[in-house]
Amino acid sequence: MSIQDIFFYILAAVIVLSALRMVTSRSIFHSAAFLAVVLSLVGGLYLLMQAEFLAAVQILVYVGAVVILIIFAIMLTSQIGNLGQSQSNKLSLPAVAACLLFLAVLVPMLVKHPWDQPAVVGANPSTSSGLVAGATNIQNIGTALMTTFTFPFELVSLALLVALVGAIVIARKDPEA
Amino acid sequence: MSLFPVGLEHYLVLSAILFAVGIFGVVTRRNAVGVLMSTELILNAVNINFVAFNHFRHPAALAGQAFAIFVITLAAAEASVGMALVVSIFRSRRSVEIEDVNILKW
Repeated sequence: MSIQDIFFYILAAVIVLSALRMVTSRSIFHSAAFLAVVLSLVGGLYLLMQAEFLAAVQILVYVGAVVILIIFAIMLTSQIGNLGQSQSNKLSLPAVAACLLFLAVLVPMLVKHPWDQPAVVGANPSTSSGLVAGATNIQNIGTALMTTFTFPFELVSLALLVALVGAIVIARKDPEA
Repeated sequence: MSLFPVGLEHYLVLSAILFAVGIFGVVTRRNAVGVLMSTELILNAVNINFVAFNHFRHPAALAGQAFAIFVITLAAAEASVGMALVVSIFRSRRSVEIEDVNILKW
């Protein structure tokens, strides 16, 4: 029982509680605040798994950009007067049942599976080409993105460009109207 | 499964719980912004899985972290397009409730 294990349980408890509050909260604005909490603490989990660069990206992109975007959308579209109204529809009970069923199937399977056995035949653990011994996590990720993952990297930048143009086209006012 | 030391299973179970909560949010939220926020929860559960498998199964490789970065990028793109759609729907129908958006329903 090390200090990392204790940190994991604290982070996990707060993440699950905040996520539950996020989907059940009446005010959509409170939901956005709880989403920010969940996303920051998931960044903490990345730190526990020694993915420092990913933790920084998580905080910068998710908490810094996506949550701000969501709060802007809430403020642009909020109707005054229905703040106290229930935010969930009539599907609550079936949805709870379905999610519990999903967990009841998945969790025992995850717990019982012998994860320590060698990987399946054909799996290639030596995909670490370009990994420099003694280099930091950030250096290794930069090298991997520019060597092994060049094509997905460029593809993602193209997707970002398309999303940027698409968001502007969708959200602008119709010039004819 | 013992509670200590924390291993791959613990992260996978946490990720499964987060995924289920996200699904619950997508199904039950009435506000379109709430649905988009719940999809962010689901994507984060997937990212936790990627990084956990990377860390516990192949510590020498970086594929899991690289793919988590791609997922984060695409989630940001998805959020921006989704919010643009929400704002556009609100402009034409004066509402962001999913139930009021039924022009494609026959």
